[in-house]
Amino acid sequence: MKRQQANKLAVGIISAVAALVVIPIMLVIVFIIVRGISAISWEFLTAAPRQGMTEGGIMPAILGTVILTFGTFIACIPLAIGAAIYLAEYAGDNRLTHWVRLAIVNLAGIPSIVYGLFGLGAFVLFLGLGTSIIAGSLTLGIMTLPVVISTAEEAILAVPQRFRTVSLSLGATRWQTIRHQVLPQALPGIITGVILGLSRAAGETAPILFTVAAFYLPQLPHSMLDQTMALPYHLYVISTQVPGMPLSIQYGTALVLLLIVLSLTLVATIVRTSMRRRREW
Amino acid sequence: MSITPAKIAIQDVYFTYGDGAEALRDISLDIYEKEIFVLFGPSRSGKTTLLRLLNRLSDLFEDATVRGTILFDGQDIFDYRVNVAGLRRRISMVFAVPTPLPGSIRDNLTYGLRMAGIRNERVLRERVERSLQQAALWNEVKDRLDKSAFALSGGQQQRLCLARSLALEPDVIVLDNPTSGLDPLSTESVEESLQDLKQRYTIIIVPHSVQQGSRIADRAAFLLDGELIEVGKATQIFVEPQDQRTEDYITGRFG
Repeated sequence: MKRQQANKLAVGIISAVAALVVIPIMLVIVFIIVRGISAISWEFLTAAPRQGMTEGGIMPAILGTVILTFGTFIACIPLAIGAAIYLAEYAGDNRLTHWVRLAIVNLAGIPSIVYGLFGLGAFVLFLGLGTSIIAGSLTLGIMTLPVVISTAEEAILAVPQRFRTVSLSLGATRWQTIRHQVLPQALPGIITGVILGLSRAAGETAPILFTVAAFYLPQLPHSMLDQTMALPYHLYVISTQVPGMPLSIQYGTALVLLLIVLSLTLVATIVRTSMRRRREW
Repeated sequence: MSITPAKIAIQDVYFTYGDGAEALRDISLDIYEKEIFVLFGPSRSGKTTLLRLLNRLSDLFEDATVRGTILFDGQDIFDYRVNVAGLRRRISMVFAVPTPLPGSIRDNLTYGLRMAGIRNERVLRERVERSLQQAALWNEVKDRLDKSAFALSGGQQQRLCLARSLALEPDVIVLDNPTSGLDPLSTESVEESLQDLKQRYTIIIVPHSVQQGSRIADRAAFLLDGELIEVGKATQIFVEPQDQRTEDYITGRFG
């Protein structure tokens, strides 16, 4: 076989594999849009569920997911970025950091239901927070830690060493160098990791199952110690626990959840490309 | 002959990298105020390592070991009480590869000052203009101080880096092969700047070549494999070296 032919064949196979990855994603999205679009209305987005959740809207669940995502941000991001800065800039390479890194990799691999059980034991029961927004946010926050730490650390390590050296040589302290050179340049990568981590947290069911999610709660939460509805759990409930549920409401709920998660991902992509384009070096 | 106290006194210095490679062995030499001191030798002879010890950028090699003493104005720079950031403002460094920081020309020039807590706009503006004039760059960039430093040519970037060091008003300027990437005209203008700067600063430089070293040096030291072979006046070391190895190197027999 000639080299050109072999090359064409290889390119063809690789393209086909790539297409195989894209096709299921597109199918899922199109399928849910087609089945769910008819349920979307102003009422669906702004009203509480009625009639055993077979009528009305899903506003408490949407708002609950927004609140939980925000809570996850508060619980996770400062800790994660602090840990990433420590690992990338201060920790060096010793036995302790080796174990810390191993722990982070393993945290990323733990099934989300295990986080849910941990949240129940640690936050709901041991700390006595009860099933509450704060317990759910902490659980989601811990689950999100490893992915944000890893991406933020990578972004920090990707900042060329020469900028650190120059900054230090001009009499900047180590922290000033991090604050004024490293973090601004690592920011696009850090933001991408944060948003991707949050979008995963927004779509998770298992961690909130025992820690915050309410089966049916038409009124909005009043404090961080209240329960709240949330989209993923609501979807689970109306798909499996409520007889006689109209399919359009199920697919409409799935569509709203999908749109929230996809729009977060889209924002991450836009932030990354626009900030990369402005980079000078 | 009167005894001038050394601006920088390097005494019995050894430097070993974390992997056990000995980069400097028993180096002792004095550098005097307001002279151009040239440090030359083949690559991997320890020149850059020695330069980086002077402002303790060598601290970045955490596993390395340093022995010996370096006195700067009589004070041991390895003393634990030394403010390292302050030391680096007084012994300022220009690197072989011009490395502007992200941001404007003005941002680059004021960076070190701002990190030192100087916020006064008038002081910053004065330092920007004066340092650019000292580095012979003012006329070329005075109308675009707020444009990106990366838009400058290589030669301009290197003079910007020199100006950035000068803006700190240091005592000593350390230059590690500052003309390596520059064309002959830019090289000449940097060399001319150095002769002017000598009036005010002590200059330590690793030259691009022996020829450049002999053009600009007041005094010079020849390093080979981490050892100091010879140190003396330029008129002597480049004309009548005492050591055979120095002579072999400057006449181009190796290196």
